[in-house]
Amino acid sequence: MLDQTTTPVLSVKNLKIQATSYPPGEKPKDITIVEDVSFTVQRGKVLGLIGESGAGKSTIGLTSMAFGRGGVRITGGEILVNGRDILKDSQSQLRSLRGQDVTYVSQSAAASFNPSKRLMDQVIEATLRHGILSKNEAKTRAIELFRKLGLPSPETIGDRYPHQVSGGQLQRVMTAMALCPKPSLVVFDEPTTALDVTTQIDVLKAIKEAIRETGVAALYITHDLAVVAQVSDDIMVLRHGKMVEYGATSQIITAPAQAYTQDLVNIRSELHSEKQENGTPILKIENVTARYKSVPINVLKDISVTLEAGHTLAVVGESGSGKSTLARAITGLLPPIAGQISFNDQPLPPAMQDRSKDELRDLQMIFQMADVAMNPRQTVGQIIGRPLTFYFGLRGSARKARIRELLDQIEMGRGFEDRYPAELSGGQKQRVCIARALAAKPKLIICDEVTSALDPLVADGILRLLLDLQAQENVAYLFITHDLATVRAIADKIAVMHKGKIVRYGPKSQVLTPPFDDYTDLLLSSVPEMRLGWLEEVIANAKMQAAGN
Amino acid sequence: MLSLIAKRLGIGLITVLAVSIIIFLGTKILPGDAAELRLGQSASAENLAVLRERLGLDKPYWQQYLSWLVNFVQGDMGNSLSGDTPISGLIADRYQNTLIVSGLTALIGVPISVALGVMAAMFPGSTYDRVLTFTSVTLVAAPEFFTATLLVLFFVLFLGMGSTIVSGSTDGMGLFELIQHFALPITTLCFVIASQLIRMSRAAVLNVMASPYIEMAILKGIPRRRIILRHALLNAIGPIVNVIALNLAYLITGVIVVEIYFSYQGLATLIVQGVQTRDFVLVQSLGMIFCATYVVIMLIADIAAILANPRQRHPK
Repeated sequence: MLDQTTTPVLSVKNLKIQATSYPPGEKPKDITIVEDVSFTVQRGKVLGLIGESGAGKSTIGLTSMAFGRGGVRITGGEILVNGRDILKDSQSQLRSLRGQDVTYVSQSAAASFNPSKRLMDQVIEATLRHGILSKNEAKTRAIELFRKLGLPSPETIGDRYPHQVSGGQLQRVMTAMALCPKPSLVVFDEPTTALDVTTQIDVLKAIKEAIRETGVAALYITHDLAVVAQVSDDIMVLRHGKMVEYGATSQIITAPAQAYTQDLVNIRSELHSEKQENGTPILKIENVTARYKSVPINVLKDISVTLEAGHTLAVVGESGSGKSTLARAITGLLPPIAGQISFNDQPLPPAMQDRSKDELRDLQMIFQMADVAMNPRQTVGQIIGRPLTFYFGLRGSARKARIRELLDQIEMGRGFEDRYPAELSGGQKQRVCIARALAAKPKLIICDEVTSALDPLVADGILRLLLDLQAQENVAYLFITHDLATVRAIADKIAVMHKGKIVRYGPKSQVLTPPFDDYTDLLLSSVPEMRLGWLEEVIANAKMQAAGN
Repeated sequence: MLSLIAKRLGIGLITVLAVSIIIFLGTKILPGDAAELRLGQSASAENLAVLRERLGLDKPYWQQYLSWLVNFVQGDMGNSLSGDTPISGLIADRYQNTLIVSGLTALIGVPISVALGVMAAMFPGSTYDRVLTFTSVTLVAAPEFFTATLLVLFFVLFLGMGSTIVSGSTDGMGLFELIQHFALPITTLCFVIASQLIRMSRAAVLNVMASPYIEMAILKGIPRRRIILRHALLNAIGPIVNVIALNLAYLITGVIVVEIYFSYQGLATLIVQGVQTRDFVLVQSLGMIFCATYVVIMLIADIAAILANPRQRHPK
C-alpha cells in the first residue's frame, strides 16, 4: 500500500497521444496530438493547463480519466492516479476511476446535462452508482454543495430540469456534481469560457472556494491566462501538443522564461490611443427603439449614439443586452419601431429592402463565426470577388487584380484565391471575411464579436489588422463585443449597454475613468486581471460592500 | 403545453377538411356522375334527371359537399354504386379485419424491432450489429410478395404449418386463435416494418449517444447499458415514435399486396375493388377514412413527442 499522503494525486510521465487521420484519397496515417508531456499534481493543489485551441490541453485533461475523445489514443507514457497506473486498468476498474477518483467539469453545462432528467438525479448519480453514499446522504451532500457554491434556493434547485436554470447556475451545479462523490481530482475543462464576465466571476469564486474547502486537487484547463492565474498553484503552458513552460503561477505571470509565454502575458495592452472628435458624423442613431415580433418587449430602448468617419465606437454588454439587435436595426434587418438612423447626414430607410445599392454598399458587416458566414463551396477568390462584381461590375482580369490587392491588404498574400474556407485556419477565415467587407469600399463596418471565437494571439493580430485598415481606408467601425480588453485595445468611443439601454457613453478615456455607474463598475471589476490575488481582492471587496449595506 | 396540443388538434382537423374538399372535387372532375353510372349508357334524359334530383346531384357543388360531409360525420356514407348496399356495412367488416391484422402486427413487431435496434446501438460495430444491419437492409429491399412467398415456402410447404389462404369468419376468436389465424400475413408485415424500425431506432439512439451529456455519463463511470436505457432512450423517443406512427399508418392503409397474396378481406383490397368498378362513392368514403386514420395516428405521435420533451412538460 502506497502512502496516501505523499503520493501525488496525478502523475503523468512522457505522455504521448495519437489519433488516426483519414485524408481523402490517401492512406490513413497516425498524427501525434500530444508528445512528451510530464507533470504531477499534489493533493489539494491546482495545476493550470493553458494554451490555444489545438494545443492538446483538453486531450491531456481527459487522459487523467483514461478517456480519448473521438478515436484519440494514448500510445505512450504513464499516468498514475493515486499511484495506480490507470492505463493498465480493466473496463470495470476504469468505471470506478471515472466519477469516483477523478471527475470532470466541462465547458458547456447546457449540453453536458441530460435535458430530460432532474438536476438532483444527475448530480448524485455517480455517488450512488459507485456506492459512496446512500441516497439520502448523497442528497444532503449535494444540497450542502449547492449552498457552498452560492446557488439560489439550494434545497429545491435540484428538482429543476437543466433548461430551468441559467448558464452560470448550471455551471455551478456541474461543479457540485463533480465534487459530490468526494473525488481526489477534478478536471475543469474551460468551465467559465462560455459565460459573461460578471457571471464568470461568480463561478470562479465558487470554484475557488469549493476547491479550498474540500481540499480536492484539480486540473484547470483554459485559454485565458488571467483566469488561470487566479485559481492555480502551478501553470503549464502548452502549444501544438508540446510543453512550452511549466512552473509556479507567480513565476509564469511575473517572469515568463519563454517568448510564447511572454506574448500571452503581454496580450492585453492598449493597441490604439483615442482619436479626437472631428465633427463629421458618419452614423447618427437617434432615440431608436426596436422589438422582435414574437416578444412584446422592447429589446432596444431609446438608443442614441453617434459615430464619426474613420473612428471606432465600441458597444459593450453581456449576452442579452441588445447589442447585436442594435446591429440588426442599423443594417435594416430589424426596422426600429421608433427613432431615426442617419448615415452621412442622410436619413436611412428603416427596412433593408428600401435602401439603395449605394446605401447597402456603404455599410458592411463582419460576423463572429467566420466559418458559417462563408459558403463552404466557394473559393476565397469567389467569396471576395462577389461584392466586386455585384457593386462595381468588375469582371475578368480587373476583378482578379483587385482580389490580389485585397488579399495583400489582409496580409494573406498569393495562392489563397483557389483555396476553400475549410482549408483555412480560424484567423485566416476571419481575414477573408474582412476582405469581403472591405471589397465593397464601405464607410462603416459593423463588427459583431469578430474576435470572440479566436485564440488570444490570433485575435490580437485581427485587431491590429483592423486598426491598420482603418488608418489606410478611413473606414469607421461599430465594434460589438462583450470583451472589455478588446474595447480598451481599439475603441475611440464606448457605449455600455445593459438590458436594452445605454448606461454609459462617451470617449474611451472618459468611460473608463471613475466615477463609474454601478453596472459599468461591476463590468470593469469583473474582467480578470493578469496578476496574483486579483480574485481574492474582488471577493473581499464584494464582502465589504455586502457588510456595508 | 395544452395550447400546443390544442394547436396540433386544430391543424389535424384542418388537414382532414382540406383532404375532404380535394376528394370531393376529385370525384367531380371525373366524367360522368352517380346517376349516369347507375343507369348506364342507354338511360333516357328524363330518367337521369329524376335520379339526379333524388340523389341531390342537381344542387350546387357546395351544397352537395356539405350534405356529404355532414352525412359522413354522422356515419352515413351512402350506398355503394355497384351493389346498392350501404357502404358503412361494407366497410365495417373489412375495417375489423384490417385493424386485427395491423394491431397484432404492431403489438408484436414494434416492441421487438425497437428493442433489436436499441441493442444494436448498444454495441455498434459488433457482429450482432452487422448481422442485424445486413438483415434489415436485405428485408427493406425485398418486395412484400417475395417475403410472403419465402414464408409460405418455409412454413406451409416445408414445415406443413398453417395455410396460404387466410379467409373465413373470425367471430368469437380469442387473441391466440387470431394470431394463429393471421400468422402468415402478420409475420410478413412484421418483417416489412421491422427493417425500417430497427434501423431508425438504432440511428436515433446512436445520434443521442454522440451528445456531450452522454460523454459526461461515461466520465461519471456509468455502465454503457445504464447510459443507453436511462440517459439516451428518453431523448430518442421523439424520433422513434414518429417512425412507429408512419409504420402504423402504412399498416392501416397500404397493405394491398399482402391482403391480396393471402386473400383476406381488408380495406386495401376494398379500395382496389372500388376503383376497378368505378364506385367513386366507396372510394370517397375510404379516402376519408384513410385520411382520418393517418391524421389521428400522426396526432398521437406528435403529442407523444411533445410529452417526451422536458421543455414542454416543465416550462420555465
